[in-house]
Order: sequence, then C-alpha cells, then structure tokens
Amino acid sequence: MPAVGTYFYNIFHSLYTVIVGMKITIKHLFTHSATVQYPTVKMKIPERARNRLYVNIDDCIGCDQCSMACPVDCITIDTIKSTPDVDLGLTSKNTKKRLYVPRFDIDIAKCCYCGLCVWPCPTDCIVMTDVYEFSEFDRKKLIYSFSNMSTDEIAGAQERLKKYDEEQAAKKAAVKAAAPITPPSSKPESSAS
Amino acid sequence: MEIIQKLFANELIVSILLSLLPLVFIIAYALVVLYTEMKVAAHIQDRVAYMRTGWHGLLQPIADMLKLLQKEDIIPDKADKLLFRLAPIIAFVGTYAAYAVLPFSSIYIGSNINLGAFFLVAVGSLVVVGILMAGWASNNKWSLFGGVRSAAQMISYEIPTAIAIIIVVMITGSLNLQDVTKFQDGGIGNWVVFGGPSPWLQKLMLMPFTIITFFILFVSSIAEVNRTPFDLPEAESELVQGFNTEYSGMRFAMFYLSEYANLFTVSAVGIALFLGGWSSPFGTFMSGPVWGIFWFVAKAYIFVLVQIWVRWTLPRLRVDQLMYVSWKVLTPWLFVCLLSVGLILVL
Repeated sequence: MPAVGTYFYNIFHSLYTVIVGMKITIKHLFTHSATVQYPTVKMKIPERARNRLYVNIDDCIGCDQCSMACPVDCITIDTIKSTPDVDLGLTSKNTKKRLYVPRFDIDIAKCCYCGLCVWPCPTDCIVMTDVYEFSEFDRKKLIYSFSNMSTDEIAGAQERLKKYDEEQAAKKAAVKAAAPITPPSSKPESSAS
Repeated sequence: MEIIQKLFANELIVSILLSLLPLVFIIAYALVVLYTEMKVAAHIQDRVAYMRTGWHGLLQPIADMLKLLQKEDIIPDKADKLLFRLAPIIAFVGTYAAYAVLPFSSIYIGSNINLGAFFLVAVGSLVVVGILMAGWASNNKWSLFGGVRSAAQMISYEIPTAIAIIIVVMITGSLNLQDVTKFQDGGIGNWVVFGGPSPWLQKLMLMPFTIITFFILFVSSIAEVNRTPFDLPEAESELVQGFNTEYSGMRFAMFYLSEYANLFTVSAVGIALFLGGWSSPFGTFMSGPVWGIFWFVAKAYIFVLVQIWVRWTLPRLRVDQLMYVSWKVLTPWLFVCLLSVGLILVL
C-alpha cells in the first residue's frame, strides 16, 4: 500500500476499532454486575470447600490420628486412660470410648486447610465446616479448644487413674511376693500423661 | 441577574455574588460527575461501585470531599515552597476564568465580551502553567515528567481546538459565545454541527466539514483535560500520579476540582459552538431563560458522559502516538475543513 493509503487506512481503522470497543463497553454498562455485596450477600461456596475445622468432641476417642496426619502440627491432643469402672459411653459408630480427652486444641492460625486430618478419623468427628469468617485481633484467640472437660473432671480422672495404677501395682506386687519365679518386672511407670 | 441587582443595590456585592455563582455550580456539578464517573466505570467493568453511603452510595462524593478537606497538607521538604503552594491556585484560576464567558442561559453570562471564544483559548493555557509549576516545584522526577508531558500535550492540542473554534467563528461571524448560541437558536436543524441556519444547499455542503470539525474538537478537548486515552500527564502505571504525585489534602482537591471544572468547560465550549448551547433542540418548545440553563447543563452532561464512556473503553496512547494524532491527523484535517468551509462561505 502506498504511504498515503496507509495513512488513510490507519485513520479509519483506528476509528473503526474505537467504535468496536465502545460498543462492547456500552453492552457491559447494561448487564448485571458480576460482583455481590459481600457481607450482606454471600456467594455459595463449593460443596467440598475446606474451611474452619470443627470437632465433635462427644465422638472423639482420642486416637491421635488426626494430630499425626497434620503436616503443620496444629492439633494437640492429650488423653487420660479411663479406669474399668467408668463407662465413657459409645461413639456414634458404636465403638467404646476408652480415653478421656482433656485437651483437644487446634491452632487454626497454623492450619493450612489441607483436610488431611479429616480422612483418618475413625469416628468422623473432625470435619471441615463452611465457616470462613473467623478473624481475630488476638492471635491467641485462634487456638480453639474443643475439649469439654472441666479442670475438676480432669483432676478427678487423673486421681482415679493414679489410684487404679497403684492398686494394680499393689496387686502385681502381691502376686510377685506369692510366686517370685520371674525376675522382678519394671516398676509401675504409667501415670497420667 | 437583574433580580440580584435589584436585591443588592451595591454594585460590588452584585459582582461578587455573580462571580461566585459558577463556583457553587462547579462544586455541585463536580460531585454529580464524580458519582456518575464512578458508577459508569463500575458498571462498564461489571461491578456496582459504592452502595453503602446513602441510597446506592449517593452520599459518597460528599464523604470523599469531606475526607479530602480534613487531610493533612503535606509539602515535601525539598520542594519549591512558593511555587508548590501557588500551582493548584493558578490551575484552578485558569479553569475558573473560563466560566466568565460561558453562556449558561440567554440571560446569564458572566461577562458578555466580544472576544469570548478567544478569551477561552487564552485563559485555557493558564492551566498548563499551573500544571508545569506543580511538576517542577514538587522536586520529583515523576511529577516533572508529568508536568512536561502535560505542557507538550496541551500546547499541541490547543492548535486543533483553536482552529475548530475559528471554523465556527467563520460560520457564525462572531467571537461572542452568546451571539454564537443565538445564531443557532431555533431547533436542532440550526445547530452549527449540521451546517447552521443557512440555505439548504450551503448547509448540505457545510455539513460533512462541520461534523468532522466537531469530532476533532471533541478529541482534542479530551486531550486538553488530560483524560484517558490522553492521560499521559498523570499516567498511573508509569508516573504514579504525574504532576500531582506530591499533593495531598486541600491542594490535591483543588487540582481535582479544576480537572472536573475543566471537563465541564470543554464540554460547554463544544455545545456552545456546535450543539446550540442553551437553545432548545425543539425550536420554541421548552425554550426560555430557565429552560436554557437546563438544556445547557443537560447537553454538557451528555457530552461528559460520552467522555467518561471513552475513558473506560480506550487504553492510553504512547507519547509519540499522541503527537502523531495531533500534528499529523487532527491539524491537517482541520486545515482542509478550514479551507473548504471558507470556500463554501465565499461561494
């Protein structure tokens, strides 16, 4: 194309493209907006979205599997053995609970929402919920404690376990004294952890 | 005008009141345009813009203004203090002076001088001084770049604007904007953009040239107010905020206000010269001094809306493209129009 032709072509081409662009924008001016008014209107989150963890402590058997699965170690679980005379009840899957769970803390600030803790749980008591608004001003408030045992109950459970262990040790000692055939076994070590 | 003159017998008070009238108008108008711009911008991008302050965010511009008034006025340590303080004032004075010759209605014009259109072009260049001053005094590389770019841009785009004005003046035979508007009174057919109230043959011959001239005036007016696609002086992605990078609080607000006031000025010039100013598009229907104000503001508002629409559609030009558009496209085409219109008028 000669230089003059290019000149006119450029002018009309740019005008044409401007009109094309303006047509597109005016179309968008009258379409519905893609955004929502967030705090009042919320978008539906996907069914399998992973957000805040929740623990149904009544079902927890204190197996510690979730804590071991956690890649960032944000779950801390303490357990106390129960004595044979107390019945801790059954879980929703009809397995017997044998351990007290005095401490079940999840540091949600550390949590990476991978969901790895959810799958190993034998009683399905640790789950991902759809709650995602839980910011706090104090970082300590992000450590969630799910255990429902009071300090008195914890102390009682420890006391009972101690007593039980002592009784067992005494029994063992009595058995040993009666028949000292085997070499003396190790001293009772187990106590409240 | 006469009512005010009757109410206050004192000459001085009357003139002060009359000169303050456009200021009140500018502030109210800037708020409306601010709101429109944000809303149009948002809806073009499929958003909704502010929704919380008042019904659909109607009070947001007022909140923005109050915020700007309260902000701390920071002057950089190494800045040229005097020029830094003076710059926004000069920029605003330049824009405000132009309001003196805008014919808002058949009875209201700040100053009915014979050289109205010429005065507009002359005073419009004062804004460049303010912006260049701001860029220089900030002692900041971005600001300086912005100021220099702005000066280059406004000087080159003043030429197409001036020639476009000359073409209209040739058709109407007057530099007085009130007379130019009166010339086009009496319906849409009499507007200069459609050839003005001349015999039909002449009108038909004038029409293509006047339409091209109007279009070119529109393009160069966008460039003169430094808006996208010609917003090189304040190109955010390259120059932070250009010449007003270092400004804050009230002084920044003055630049802001002068930008919006300028937006109205160029629109008003465009409609006063080409689209019949305050005259009703339906001849005698809905015409009169009060309707005049309505038509003037409404037409200018539509003009501004188109400018906003353009702004949120087109990307920014490069510096060389900007100069190319002005010197190699707009100016030669306008010269062709100038010669042709002259020839047609002589015939």
